[in-house]
Amino acid sequence: MTDWSGYIGLILQGALVTLQLTVMGSALALVMAFVAGLGRVSRFMTVRALATTYIEFFRGTSIFVQLFWVYFVLPFAGVTLSPLQAGVLALGLNVGAYGAEVVRGAVKAIGREQREACIALNLTRGQAMRHVILPQALPLMLPTFCNNAIELLKGTAVVSLISLTDMTFQAQVVRAQTGNTLIPFAVILVLYFLMALAISTTMRWLERRVTRGLDGVRT
Amino acid sequence: MAAPIIRIDNIVKRYGPLTVLDGLSMEVLPGEKLALIGPSGSGKTTILRILMTLETISDGHIEVDGDQLYHMPKNGGLVPADDRHLHRMREKIGMVFQHFNLFPHKCVLDNVTLAPMLTKGVAKAAAEKRAMELLDMVGLADKARNMPAQLSGGQKQRVAIARALALSPKIMLFDEVTSALDPELVEEVLNVMRKLASETDMTMLLVTHEMGFAHDFADRILFFDRGKIVEEGKPDEIFRNPRQERTQTFLRKIIAAGHRV
Repeated sequence: MTDWSGYIGLILQGALVTLQLTVMGSALALVMAFVAGLGRVSRFMTVRALATTYIEFFRGTSIFVQLFWVYFVLPFAGVTLSPLQAGVLALGLNVGAYGAEVVRGAVKAIGREQREACIALNLTRGQAMRHVILPQALPLMLPTFCNNAIELLKGTAVVSLISLTDMTFQAQVVRAQTGNTLIPFAVILVLYFLMALAISTTMRWLERRVTRGLDGVRT
Repeated sequence: MAAPIIRIDNIVKRYGPLTVLDGLSMEVLPGEKLALIGPSGSGKTTILRILMTLETISDGHIEVDGDQLYHMPKNGGLVPADDRHLHRMREKIGMVFQHFNLFPHKCVLDNVTLAPMLTKGVAKAAAEKRAMELLDMVGLADKARNMPAQLSGGQKQRVAIARALALSPKIMLFDEVTSALDPELVEEVLNVMRKLASETDMTMLLVTHEMGFAHDFADRILFFDRGKIVEEGKPDEIFRNPRQERTQTFLRKIIAAGHRV
């Protein structure tokens, strides 16, 4: 009879790593999404080109390869990162590229009429973006951001490739040591599900908050 | 006679191959109430949009309150206006839109105070005090904390008028402000505009299909067709004795459609 408590503890340690990666990766992804998404709608061509390059590169190449580059190739350029830093960076940049298109789409979805009202009220472009466009665009972004965050959570499993002991990696260790497949994988299945549930619940709560008063009506 | 507050000189507006305004010139005196009428696509709304700098012009010059609107002086000549110049010019002009364009995420009061606080640095308390006066003027002081979605079309439009007035523009542009309203809500908006016309010396330009209102409201009527001013004159002249055949045809059609003159 195997004593499971130690093994479960191992998996929970891994869950903590997964959680860290998810939270920090999402934070970076959110920042990148806004920087690149707003960059895409900038009136300066250079800014637009930079944003587009970033988005196309990170959407167009695999997260595996990106992770390898960040962890194994960047040191040749003099930048050495810890496995956690590398994982957060790769995940954040990768998911941020998807998020950027969400930001751009939502900003574009706020119609001409709102922009014209801003011009007629003599707001600067920055003021219009901050006080009128973004507050209305945000509720449109949240459902897709929720998807992105859950994708990021599930993507964290790739970090075992750079020696980070995340939840999936630990489950495989447990499986190798105990010869039992069902229990470790059932445990991480439940844990992944609970984390995803936490993300979607938070997002739904946020969505309700930011749409308060709009009554689903847009004029 | 005072110098014109708006001087439009030979402007051309093209959308691709389509020429909407073809060498149009007109002047507006300070305090004048002007109604622009004519068939759809005649360029009357385009004029308002150009004055609000929502469009660019293909050619020509516009002077507003002594300064060029789309140009600014530089090295003795005129160059296209930069953002700073446009922001300075927009201070003189306000606009009310056909579809209100209120900010749906802000309550009525915040809709009115936003621009004065951001563009003129007015303190919140002062901005709210002024906003409440304006909302009172349009009869909506009790709706200050409501969201736009909770208002009727007529109420939304009255909020939009208050919002534009909060910046104290010298010139107000009204672009078919009653066209999107249910018939029974038109009058409450027109009443506000009557009040505005009688109580202020603001210059007002109105694009409208409400011929009866145009007749009572305006000092002068401009009849537009195909990007040109076909006829202009005092309301009585235009509505009772139109000289141009195109004006006559247009007015006949409007009357046949049931609009009162």
